[in-house]
Amino acid sequence: MKGVLVIVRKELADHFSSTRFILLSTMIIMVSVVIAHMVGTGIRDELQGIAKPTFVFLLLFTSPGKFFSLIQFIAFFGPLMGIILGFDAINRERTGRTLSKLVSQPIYRDAIINGKFLAGVIIIILMLLAIILLISGLGLILIGVVPGPDEIGRLTIYFIISIFYISFWLGLSILFSILFRSTATSALASVACWIFFSFFVAIGAGLLADMLVPINENMIMGEPERVITHEKVRSIFTLFSPMTLYSEGTTIILDPLRKTTQTILLMGPMERLSLSRFQNPLALMQSILIVLPHIISLIAITLLFFAFSYLAFLRQEVRST
Amino acid sequence: MERATVIECRDLTKIYANQTAVDHLNLSIYEGEIFGFLGPNGAGKTTTLLLLLGLSEPTSGTARVLGLDPTRDPIKIKTIVGYLPENVGFYEDMDAVENLLYVSRLNGIPDDEAIPYIEELLTVVELKEDKHKKVGAYSRGMKQRLGIAEVLVKKPKIVFLDEPTMGLDPDGTNRMLDLISSLSREKGITVFFSSHLLDQVQKISDRVGIMLKGKLVACGRIEDLAKEKFGVDQEHYTLEEIYMKYFKEGT
Repeated sequence: MKGVLVIVRKELADHFSSTRFILLSTMIIMVSVVIAHMVGTGIRDELQGIAKPTFVFLLLFTSPGKFFSLIQFIAFFGPLMGIILGFDAINRERTGRTLSKLVSQPIYRDAIINGKFLAGVIIIILMLLAIILLISGLGLILIGVVPGPDEIGRLTIYFIISIFYISFWLGLSILFSILFRSTATSALASVACWIFFSFFVAIGAGLLADMLVPINENMIMGEPERVITHEKVRSIFTLFSPMTLYSEGTTIILDPLRKTTQTILLMGPMERLSLSRFQNPLALMQSILIVLPHIISLIAITLLFFAFSYLAFLRQEVRST
Repeated sequence: MERATVIECRDLTKIYANQTAVDHLNLSIYEGEIFGFLGPNGAGKTTTLLLLLGLSEPTSGTARVLGLDPTRDPIKIKTIVGYLPENVGFYEDMDAVENLLYVSRLNGIPDDEAIPYIEELLTVVELKEDKHKKVGAYSRGMKQRLGIAEVLVKKPKIVFLDEPTMGLDPDGTNRMLDLISSLSREKGITVFFSSHLLDQVQKISDRVGIMLKGKLVACGRIEDLAKEKFGVDQEHYTLEEIYMKYFKEGT
């Protein structure tokens, strides 16, 4: 454990003094200010003269304003943050010829990988905390609404899911930094995975669903069940993308009025009636229950990829030449 | 003069994919001696060092370092054995003191104890004036000397030096060799080092071992090897001549 702390301390010092960290923080501060301003002024203008709805504070994080919401921003660029922090974790030591002396010190070999992962996670936590606090602070000033305990609870859960989401990409890029000797290769491989899972899986899922359950215009009215099956097949495949898991999960958590992740619903008259009668927001626990599978899957794949890197590193020969 | 055995290998063998890197190596190294390990590139010298440190697992055979088994107690061995890898690297954006302090912390040495000792070591390796320069600006010779200081940070009983003189100029080589022999003479550290510079090895080693294709073909004092190879009263043969004879016979 002692070895891990020494490595965490050194890695943190490295991160804080690196150019990419300065670039990342600048980007994040800029984006937070832009989002808070864009969304905050939007909300203020729309709510002019009408009674404030409940949970208006959370709108700061979910409402897209003019361009994008914070959820969308983290879903897109969070992975990049993780990749930037991890893509050269191990192969940098290898090309700098420092790895062989690191493993010849009296520490367990897993201390190296744990230390590097932990340092990355600490940076992720700091950055996310900075974003959320910045937006909350600026939002408070702009819309003048104080968040209640329920809203703070929702934000905390959102914060935790985001940590895991970005850590997944950190774990993946550390895995590539172990597998590939060159830092450029591991960076490219990580970015390729990011693009594939974030953009192509969604397109591919649509194509696969069309192939397995073909539908056409007439069926929308004639065979609603088939349309639903099509939609279900599509959503099963999109769940392979961590980005989908994350954005569906966090949207539900941050929006108490949203009651399902489904986009198309097949409802009988009674269900429609109950849905229109009970428009109250969900309790926090209920929101969590809806997306619990999403959250658990996200945590599971994060741990899985970390375990892969762990094994890959422990089994690797250390020869410097 | 009977001295304790600190390193002992019995039929130590390491086979990579389809190549035998170390082939039934039997070797004993005694406390406080300087042992020169010779052999062409790829003969298995580095692999032997890795096996002794527990960084690589032997295919068969056993090794003991101060009575410890490297496969079972690598952590204990690493606290008493210093290893300077071939062509060692440093964190180039940190200065000499920071580099040494990091290694010292990894060894669990408290800072208040380590800092004065690091000062002392940097004086020994003649880097005192440059201790706050970034290591990236160091010359090859300075880096190698810093490597020696780094190995000594943990106050080891044995040091493994893999090609400590590689790529150094004549002056740098001499300073390095003086440093190595002073480790043994003044601190009583057992030095196990590999090198290609045969006349220098001859100058400082108590005993040498010659490795060819994973096998230890000769091991002992240079005079004894000369007698063995060229006959009685032929002790004047240099290590270079002995080595070349073994090398030609072996290939």
